[in-house]
Amino acid sequence: MADIIEMPKLSDTMTVGTLVKWLKKEGDKVATGDMLAEVETDKATMELECFFDGTLLKIFAPDGAQVEIGEPLCAVGAEGETVEAPAKKEKPAAKEDDASEEKSDDDSAEESSDEAPAPEPTPEPETSSGSSGSSAAPSVGGQRLRISPLARKLAAEKGIDLSRVKGTGTGGRIRRADILEAEKNGGPGGAYRSKGPIQEEKLTPVTNMRGTIARRLVESKTQIPHFYLDIEVDAAPLLALRSQLNSGLSEDGVKLSVNDLILKASAEALRKVPTVNCSWEGKQVRHHSRAHVSFAVAMPEGLITPVVFDAHEKSVFDISTEVRSLAKAAKTKKLQPKQFTGGTFCVSNLGMMGINTFKAIINPPNAAILAVGTTVEKPVVVNGQIVIGQRMNLTLSCDHRVVDGAVGAEFLGALKSLLENPALLLV
Amino acid sequence: MPEITYREAVRHALAEELERDENVVLMGEEVAQFNGAYKVSEGLLEKFGPKRIVDTPITEAGFIGTGIGASMLGIRPVMELMFWSFYSVAFDQILNNAANVRYMSGGLINCPIVIRGPANGGTNVGATHSHTPENVLANHPGVKVVVPATPADAKGLLKSAIRDNDPVFFLENTMLYGLKGEVSEDKDLLIPLGVADVKREGTDLTIVTYGRSVLHSLEAAEKLAKEEKINVEVVDLRSIRPLDIDTVLKSVAKTHRVLIVEEQKPFASVGTQLGFMIQEEAFDQLDAPIIRVTTIDAPAIYSPPVEVEQLPNVDRVYTAALQAVKS
Repeated sequence: MADIIEMPKLSDTMTVGTLVKWLKKEGDKVATGDMLAEVETDKATMELECFFDGTLLKIFAPDGAQVEIGEPLCAVGAEGETVEAPAKKEKPAAKEDDASEEKSDDDSAEESSDEAPAPEPTPEPETSSGSSGSSAAPSVGGQRLRISPLARKLAAEKGIDLSRVKGTGTGGRIRRADILEAEKNGGPGGAYRSKGPIQEEKLTPVTNMRGTIARRLVESKTQIPHFYLDIEVDAAPLLALRSQLNSGLSEDGVKLSVNDLILKASAEALRKVPTVNCSWEGKQVRHHSRAHVSFAVAMPEGLITPVVFDAHEKSVFDISTEVRSLAKAAKTKKLQPKQFTGGTFCVSNLGMMGINTFKAIINPPNAAILAVGTTVEKPVVVNGQIVIGQRMNLTLSCDHRVVDGAVGAEFLGALKSLLENPALLLV
Repeated sequence: MPEITYREAVRHALAEELERDENVVLMGEEVAQFNGAYKVSEGLLEKFGPKRIVDTPITEAGFIGTGIGASMLGIRPVMELMFWSFYSVAFDQILNNAANVRYMSGGLINCPIVIRGPANGGTNVGATHSHTPENVLANHPGVKVVVPATPADAKGLLKSAIRDNDPVFFLENTMLYGLKGEVSEDKDLLIPLGVADVKREGTDLTIVTYGRSVLHSLEAAEKLAKEEKINVEVVDLRSIRPLDIDTVLKSVAKTHRVLIVEEQKPFASVGTQLGFMIQEEAFDQLDAPIIRVTTIDAPAIYSPPVEVEQLPNVDRVYTAALQAVKS
């Protein structure tokens, strides 16, 4: 009798997996341990392993299919055996659902539990206000505009300001022809002549990863009381040390980045100010004994935060090598869940993209996240003289339930001191 | 292809199916001796004998019930109503039994019956003989409702209806019996139920219609093309249930304007349902409100000149189409 391989639970938060690509086809001989397919979870793309020896008899889920945990993916058995698609499993009873949810809630309190992808490291749009108006009925001088649904849709696509289009339909209703006219010659009402949309309007389904990022960040930003601390660091010693180390290490093919040094300095600072290396768990605060520092990696689909475990015990050289290999795995979607879960602190760096300063959203269950800006040359006063300095902005986002202002400031102070005396990172 | 009348097309479908399957029988008032009130069954008694072509008394509840019972036992009866207007006498049989039996029996019992006959007004026979029951019939899950507009559709759809395992209500417009058209002699000419037909391609306006109104719409469309350079697409639903909304939506996406023409009173009509479905599925495709031409909302009028105005006609469709395009 054929064995059925079902969608495995590949991460703690996974409920559905996307069958990216079958690596074997029906009729292929397969053996235990063979890689059958690539499966995208909410976190990463992983390989589906075969647990049986035999022939891949039947594939139930085609490339691109979204399959719930426990639903059949394929059947493996003796050559020539016939298999029928197993019936869809019934959903577990509500009671069980609740129980498992409770359990995962408990789990999330554990240090080893899952980690969200890094918070989106973009400046907060805190100044934006008011409605975008896309769903509101357009009006002119308080009068509701009469417009056909099609014309409204076309105008939005073409970027035409409806309030300046004259409608020629019944009762002055704006019709498709009016929009096309407006587009053609600037419009009868002098409507804005669009240069065309940046990109055709289209709908793309939300990927598992994008969905997870969205959910976790909304949770973080709405449930964690964030506050922000800025500090300016003299980056000259750090840059000097870096170029010195790199010229010495060039033969080994290693090139340290500023970020590698910041990861190391963060781990050291966490050791000095351990309150930042904590997690809020409702009725208790978990004090982590080790500094597992994660860093944000941008991918086309979203963000992920690989972890450098025990960064406080590793050399800058080791950290650099590890970061490079983790980043590569992340970009090729080969990262294993254990490589991106369990961080206790996160560093998000947009310095290489020219961003001066920004405020990152905390990556729960971390208590803080460090946002690193670019290093700029600017006039600074040293011993009463204006000289050219190399300055870098750091912003710490803190969970006020765990980290108070003074503690955050102490951490940033320690971090600044380490970065301005970077030789300390080498001992 | 030979050109035959709508009446002959229905007769050919009946004859071919009676010949093909000995379980098919035709029953109804005057279908045998008198050849049918509208002469649809002419010659069938001679050919198939009194066991297959059965005259019934004027007892709609009784003989429709007999047909439904027979259908549950493996016969495939075609029941002719002298006028669809008297379906209300057999309403309990039609809706409580025919429509529900498969559901009520957990799928064990089918009811492969066809109830057919002339419907609609236009023949000046007054309010009690001019009903348009398709909306009432189609309101019930479990049934199929078919309204052919041309001889070819009448033949192909009736043959499919007789072979269908659900109760099919087949509404022939009295005014169409004399309509001529080309019809294939293929004995397996089957037009699937639930598939609409684009009777005329166009770009400026979609007329969604069925039954005799298809002819009015096509004539108005030709006139509009000639006089106003307006290019109208005419979609003939053919089946009211199942309803081929996809073909309608495809057309709406092309023309962005909709006129519904139906020989039915406007309240809770087939057109009402259509209009709702179009806005539900294609709101963003509409460039103007959906409008419609229906029967004037009053019982059928006996007076010949007034009844012409009460029903959809070419002029009313033409005017409404102009309004739909220019609004």
